[in-house]
Amino acid sequence: MDIFLFLTFALIAVGCAVNLLLQRHPISSALSLIGVMGSLAVLYLLLGAEFIAAIQVIIYAGAIMVVFLFVIMLLNAGVEERTRRSKMSSIFGLPLLAVLFSQIAVIVYRVFDHRTTVQFGGFVGTTQDLGRSLFHDYVLPFEVTSVLILVAIIGAVYLGKKEI
Amino acid sequence: MSFFLVAVIKALVLIALLLLTLVYIQWVERKVVAHIQGRWGPFRVGPHGLLQPFADAIKLLTKEDLIPPQAHRFLFLLAPFLAVSLALVSIAVIPFGGEINVFGVRTNLQLTDLNIGVLFIFAVTALGVYGIALAGWASNSKYPLLGALRSSAQLISYELSLSLGVLGALLLSGSLSLREIVDAQAGFAWGFLPRWNVFQGPFPQVIGFLVYLTAAFAETNRVPFDLPEAETELVAGFHAEYSSMKFAMFFMAEYANMITVACLATVLFLGGWRPPLPESWGIQFAPVAVFGFVAAVLFVHSQSAFSGKQQNSLRIFGVLAVLAGAAFVLPGVRLVFSPLFWFAAKSGFFLFLYIWVRGTLPRFRYDQLMSFGWKFLFPLGLLNVLATALAIALSS
Repeated sequence: MDIFLFLTFALIAVGCAVNLLLQRHPISSALSLIGVMGSLAVLYLLLGAEFIAAIQVIIYAGAIMVVFLFVIMLLNAGVEERTRRSKMSSIFGLPLLAVLFSQIAVIVYRVFDHRTTVQFGGFVGTTQDLGRSLFHDYVLPFEVTSVLILVAIIGAVYLGKKEI
Repeated sequence: MSFFLVAVIKALVLIALLLLTLVYIQWVERKVVAHIQGRWGPFRVGPHGLLQPFADAIKLLTKEDLIPPQAHRFLFLLAPFLAVSLALVSIAVIPFGGEINVFGVRTNLQLTDLNIGVLFIFAVTALGVYGIALAGWASNSKYPLLGALRSSAQLISYELSLSLGVLGALLLSGSLSLREIVDAQAGFAWGFLPRWNVFQGPFPQVIGFLVYLTAAFAETNRVPFDLPEAETELVAGFHAEYSSMKFAMFFMAEYANMITVACLATVLFLGGWRPPLPESWGIQFAPVAVFGFVAAVLFVHSQSAFSGKQQNSLRIFGVLAVLAGAAFVLPGVRLVFSPLFWFAAKSGFFLFLYIWVRGTLPRFRYDQLMSFGWKFLFPLGLLNVLATALAIALSS
């Protein structure tokens, strides 16, 4: 059952990701991205990380993608015109892609211990544990990240405002 | 197998009850708003217009189903389906009562108890925006698009305040499971004050409750925050191009969202199905008294009815109320239905509040809505979370 669900949603995620690239209308692409986010949330759920799954849906699918959609609708972005592909990309594209994937595969193989496999529902971390590690063990990186985001927000306000 | 069977039966009962409530909350709304405005409201179909919702359903089902020629067909069809299914799903995690024992099967009065129940509801409501946004965009028409844009902006803004309002109650309860939140609110302080999150120390969630309530009005697109469907400026907003059953689906979604928000307020702030006073004060006989009072009102009214038919119908309802009250005297019935009674009473109060506000308040202007949400409600919610966290940290 777990394997079946995993394969289904992994396929949906990959399918949506490919569809995202192939679609020519920005709304369709944004919807495909929501599909990717949703299936990723299901994969988290299968691993047993229900908090992360819910956060994935709330933040990515529910907040960030709504803003994406909002901007696309507000600007009324139309169908994008397909340009002719550059020669460089058609010659070097596929080989470079293969190199990239093999590099990732090698790194994953080397870094992670491959005697143990991933267990469905094997992630044991309650919401309390996550909160403790975020606000206790890793509080400095967490706060630094939030300052970073604050800087980005201030920058966006500065750029967006006509006069200050 | 038994687990599966119980789950199916519970799901069927829950859906039936939810749909019945959905149908009749519209009747109640029309009646209450009519009485606020000094009218009768629906009166022709059935006694006191009680069959009006079914007449409406038949009318909506038999109307012509139009799809505008310039619309994006797939998304236009997907949007109402998305809106209504997401709105109906979130009821699954709401606990309506404690554990009961029916024919030897012990089960909770709740479809499923997720340990991230609150987050589940927020995830589902966050996705509910797509129903509205896509409906407005796919209609390919200016008013729906404006309505959809307003709606997305409003929902993003007020979702923050909604979550902040809830956060204080979650801090007090120390759990994300709705059942555990209700259990944490059991008992009474000083022998009479219920330990609900609105009253419970170290920092009573009165501000959090008000922030939640205000944001919930915006989140469900209700008056005074119903800018996405402001009919005086936008025809009908995001569903202007929808007709027939697809229009009804948006309608159902709106009411289902109202019910969810009311149930969530009951669970998070008002102690769920727990009675407001201890049993030593005789609170277990409150349902009997309430039904008795209703019966008395109905009988008194039937004296001044203007037709024999109306008089008879009022008397029949009075007898039904007496029977319901009498059933609550039996200890076995009381044990099962008393939690349901309190849950229905509390969330019914919220639903009535919605209707009351709709009949009383005018609509905000769009810039007022935005500045209220960001400059008042959001900082207030933040302050409440800060104060609650500080109080809990100091008291523990």
